[in-house]
Amino acid sequence: MNDTSQSFVKFEKIDKSYDGEVLVVKNLNLDIAKGEFVTMLGPSGSGKTTTLMMLAGFETPTNGEIFLDTKPISKIPPYEREIGMVFQNYALFPHMTVAENLSFPLEVRKISKPDIKEKVQKALDMVELGNFGTRFPAQLSGGQQQRVALARALVFEPRLVLMDEPLGALDKNLREQMQYEIKHIHDRIGITVVYVTHDQSEALTMSNRIAVFNDGVVQQLSTPDILYEKPENSFVAKFIGENNTLNGVVREVNGSSCTVELDGGFGIVKALKINVNEVGEKTQLSIRPERVSIDNSASGSNNFSGKIEELIYLGDHIRARLDVCGNNEFIVKVPNEGSFNHKEGDELKLSWNSEDVRALDL
Amino acid sequence: MEVTISTAELLTTDGIPLKQSLRKAERRNKLRAFLLVFPLLLFIFVTFVMPIGDMLLRSVDDSQINSVFPNTFDEYKNWDKGADELPPEEVYKSLFFELANGDKRQIGKALTRMNYAKSGWKSLIKKTTREIKKIVKKGEEPVSYKDTFININKLWADPTYWYSFNQMVKDRSSIYYWNALDRTFDEEGDVVLQDEKRRMYIKTWLRTFKVSVYVTIFCLILGFPVAHLLANLPLRYSNLLMIFVLLPFWTSLLVRTTAWIVMLQQNGVINGILVWLGVISDDGRIQMVYNEVGTLIAMTQILLPFMILPLYSVMRVIPKSHMRAAQNLGAKPVTAFLRVYLPQTIPGISAGGLLVFVLAIGYFITPELVGGKDGKLIGSWIAYHLKTTLNWGLCAALGAILLGIMLIFYWLYNKIVGIDNIKLG
Repeated sequence: MNDTSQSFVKFEKIDKSYDGEVLVVKNLNLDIAKGEFVTMLGPSGSGKTTTLMMLAGFETPTNGEIFLDTKPISKIPPYEREIGMVFQNYALFPHMTVAENLSFPLEVRKISKPDIKEKVQKALDMVELGNFGTRFPAQLSGGQQQRVALARALVFEPRLVLMDEPLGALDKNLREQMQYEIKHIHDRIGITVVYVTHDQSEALTMSNRIAVFNDGVVQQLSTPDILYEKPENSFVAKFIGENNTLNGVVREVNGSSCTVELDGGFGIVKALKINVNEVGEKTQLSIRPERVSIDNSASGSNNFSGKIEELIYLGDHIRARLDVCGNNEFIVKVPNEGSFNHKEGDELKLSWNSEDVRALDL
Repeated sequence: MEVTISTAELLTTDGIPLKQSLRKAERRNKLRAFLLVFPLLLFIFVTFVMPIGDMLLRSVDDSQINSVFPNTFDEYKNWDKGADELPPEEVYKSLFFELANGDKRQIGKALTRMNYAKSGWKSLIKKTTREIKKIVKKGEEPVSYKDTFININKLWADPTYWYSFNQMVKDRSSIYYWNALDRTFDEEGDVVLQDEKRRMYIKTWLRTFKVSVYVTIFCLILGFPVAHLLANLPLRYSNLLMIFVLLPFWTSLLVRTTAWIVMLQQNGVINGILVWLGVISDDGRIQMVYNEVGTLIAMTQILLPFMILPLYSVMRVIPKSHMRAAQNLGAKPVTAFLRVYLPQTIPGISAGGLLVFVLAIGYFITPELVGGKDGKLIGSWIAYHLKTTLNWGLCAALGAILLGIMLIFYWLYNKIVGIDNIKLG
């Protein structure tokens, strides 16, 4: 599935500027395989929606070319691209019923009436709204409207489906439910999906691969697990999941690992060398909260201690905010096994493996 | 499990019936709401409901003449037109005394009304009254009142004058409405067309419709793109454009209308430019004002904002993503516009259309000034009868017909588009 040598969608050296002064997207190169679910993840203003709009044909790239199925598509108008899209606020046509909304793309393709009826019903059944054809969008709940928008984007069997923050307007429970539903539909019909969101958990749940955008540049493009466990720079480490940081200076480089002296003379940390090159360089260390062990001095190669600033009870685990090496936002997650009996103000012994610490750029 | 549905009245915790308690709790709010709108209700009643009611009454009112000649009319009803050529003696006798003793001003008013029924009444009665007063002064009592009348003027032997009484003997009359439609009563009281040279209302009604429809269509054609621009331009440009749209509102109607005369007249700006460009010769200057064309141009310009503003308010809330979605789904821009955008602007089109049409149909000043002889609308006739001929009955009838037409349009509109779909902003 991830065979990028036969990329279905290919962004090649794409630049985009609206005003000729600021580049919204800088030198974007991205390959998406057929059947893949790729998410563009990033904070607002990072260029992800612009990228999607260029693919849909509503924005023209300032430089570079987009290929769909090996053909350049910059000159093809949006209505001939055969790309389905789910818009942020669904963009359902309020003067048409649900069935009419779904028939619309089929009617403009001059498909025969009985075929239209069949396809519309099939699409409605797929999103479990089989009996809602005669309703108007305004008579549906947010989640139902979302499904209609999804069905409409799929009903004309497009080559590719784009989704622009489709779940942004839903409440949390519904959003999670819809995430699974979209994922299942994708698994079932095997269509290529390009999804845009700023919600990292959404991206992690649904995607085959995630492209993390920041400032118009793709920071990292990987599968969810690699993105989470092996972030390649400090932005990705911070943006995805929870992350503890410690700043320091590289003192020694040894193959794939390095030794870092923490700022403020708090000690020496052994870490993986990821985004640093030479001795003397400033670096930011990244450690995931769940990779830090407490009261277990024997296991890790890095042993430190921290004062408990705050304890938050979260049911399945206890979230402890510590002051470690001058960073008082250091988070540790303690599984709720019943053995944890420390109070705020207590000193905790901490340790972690050097393979779990990544020395990234500052 | 057994479910019992209680049919007993719901009670509050304190045991008071729930509905009663709710009414009590809501009473203050209702009262406050009523007090807030009361001044407006009163104002509307005094300035709108009462004048319109008065107008509707006036349009069918024929009681004044009945109060001047009550006895004559009573006797007149006993006249068997099949048997006798002229009315019985009693009619002449009653008329004799009512003319002799009646209030001069009231009789004057009644004469105007009688002249609407048949021209010639006024002078006939005036002459007769003078003679009757002489007879009364002398203290003579005529042997035959009928002969006395016929002696004074032989027209009193002409039954057609008497026939015209027919349409005045009731307190209520539909004559003004028939007049407003170029029709009148003949001697038998049947509705017939007016003399050819007195037929002008039907023609004007038709012109009023034609002009109103054209003005509405032109406003739509000119206003739609502007409203679309207004709704889609970036804010700073759209604000500037909005000022241009509203500018006419801040200029006096009279100034705008006279400006059109300056522009359109034969020695005006437009003709001057066309001659200068050599498009037309100096002798071939186009008559663009003091006719229907002038009325159309000036009214379209003046009523344009009433089309643009409702359209704009509707277009502003149509999400831009709809056109994109339609194109994304495979519709060419034209199809997307026709099937997705246009249907969503219908509330604005109908609101603007209704507004412009209703304003146009009753328009007065502009057609009066630039319309010349054949560009005048029905409003001009209403003003003419109101100020010049003082035929208020006819005024009221014309106004009532105008009102009726608007109500019919409103009803049709409600049937076709649905009044809930209207959107003024």
